[in-house]
Amino acid sequence: MSPDSSMQPTHLEFRDLSVWYGQSKALDEITFSVPRHSVIGIVGPANSGKSTLLKTINRTLEFIDIAKTGGDVLVDGQNVKSIRNVYSLRRRIGMVFPLPVGLPMSVYDNVAYAPRRMGIHDKAQLDELVENCLRDSVLWDEVKDRLDLLGTKLSGGQQQRLTLARALSLEPEILCLDEFSIAIDPVTTMKIEEVLMRLKERMTIVLVTNLTQQARRMADAVAFINASQLIEWGPTEQLFNNPGKELTGRYLNGEFG
Amino acid sequence: MSQTPSRSWRAILSTATDKIEKPIELLIKACGLSSIVLVAAIFFFVFWYAAPLLPKIDWFGHDGFFTSTNWHAKEREGATYGVLAMIVGNFAVAAVAMIIAIPLGLAAAVYISEFAGPRAKEWFKVSIEILAAIPSIVWGFIAITMIGPLLIKYAGATMGANLLNGGIVLGLMSVPLIVSLAEDSLRAVPDSFREAAMALGANRWEIVYRVLFPAARSGLMAACMLGVGRAIGETMAVLLATGNKNQIPTSFTDPITTLTATIASEMGDAEAGSPHSQSLFTIGLLLLVITCAINLTANLFIRGNKRKSAA
Repeated sequence: MSPDSSMQPTHLEFRDLSVWYGQSKALDEITFSVPRHSVIGIVGPANSGKSTLLKTINRTLEFIDIAKTGGDVLVDGQNVKSIRNVYSLRRRIGMVFPLPVGLPMSVYDNVAYAPRRMGIHDKAQLDELVENCLRDSVLWDEVKDRLDLLGTKLSGGQQQRLTLARALSLEPEILCLDEFSIAIDPVTTMKIEEVLMRLKERMTIVLVTNLTQQARRMADAVAFINASQLIEWGPTEQLFNNPGKELTGRYLNGEFG
Repeated sequence: MSQTPSRSWRAILSTATDKIEKPIELLIKACGLSSIVLVAAIFFFVFWYAAPLLPKIDWFGHDGFFTSTNWHAKEREGATYGVLAMIVGNFAVAAVAMIIAIPLGLAAAVYISEFAGPRAKEWFKVSIEILAAIPSIVWGFIAITMIGPLLIKYAGATMGANLLNGGIVLGLMSVPLIVSLAEDSLRAVPDSFREAAMALGANRWEIVYRVLFPAARSGLMAACMLGVGRAIGETMAVLLATGNKNQIPTSFTDPITTLTATIASEMGDAEAGSPHSQSLFTIGLLLLVITCAINLTANLFIRGNKRKSAA
């Protein structure tokens, strides 16, 4: 945890953000902000709106026909709604979904896809980039001899790490992780956590997790969302040791969830 | 209330199903085998009716089956059985049909599955089902009364019924088949694939081209192969639309004939058991072999693609 994270300027900000799926409200006037180069942990019971929150950042929520949003999401002070080229926005934000998805192309191409789109075609440069991303996601040693294997043929945990490697290949300024460790064994998870703590120097990390201890280990600040509402948010240790609301303390201590 | 009776009933029921498991397995196996048996039986049947003529046919000679266009099967004396023009006609008309139907069908499937709104999607699906249900004889009428005159007027054809006309009609007939199968296989690709590609900044066209097509490849291949199968095997519309003239076409506006059309137009005149009838069954045998070969190639292709990693 970097002690100076509070000194950093705001990188990501939610202002009165609400989301409806048809008639049901998935997020209810969420407001909080994330400083640059910090890790924000977003915790809360299942179905409380955590994943929806991530999808508002890179506007993949627009893919769901019945979703409507109110309020604003600001990346670097810029309202994402006002960004004309939504694809350029998505390339700035790495996203790791909870379901592991190897795209139907080779492991190498999975990782090289986004860099190629951004105009990198030099073989040596791509090789290096792919290797770095796969090393950062602790997958390199398992796939280095079979980079031409179809991404869909990897095991669940491997595909999960491939998804992470793919997200890193964008060199994103914000990295969103949605339950990245559910398909991964504890030892590998710890390795990835170490890498993520190093990556913090290069990017801001939004960590959605069901594992409150993971949030405690990694996050500088934690936001607790329950039943579509932001119950409270603040520095990690403060929330764990001295929560402002009773509900927060009970959840973080594993009394419900 | 005691639960004992119901439990014992369940126990009896489960021992009973344990006992009939084996016979049921055998029954299901028999049903599966029946399809293989049926294929073998059809081959045998067609072969049986063609057999007496087979030793007498000149296959690759001057008036050979595969090497000449001289089809004089009705003659009592000096009959010749050259089907080269029909084979060429069959493949030419199917090729024209696929050039039209595959791009049109795949594009329509992509539109319906990826771009159309929910209401539009319903309308499209209903109209495609109706299109698929139009009888082939009606397509034949459309070919003669509408497409034919247009080809004479705008494509410089001397006769309305020709290769291009047959190709267009067969193409249009294959489109609904290709659309509905291709749309099914595109829809079967999980949304998580689209989301993942989208999160990488891929636009909709790239999602279709780089992610959906490879993921749905075997289904799309199957859709196209079934389209080809329909185009090769279709008879009624082709008979009306192609002009039924036994010649190798030199231009798109030449009238042609096909293997299927020849069988359909001559079977009524052929005396049962006569060499003429046997020659038509020989054509039928050839058609069977061609369709089997197409299916097997498609299977090998699909399997090969699955094993090999995508580049």
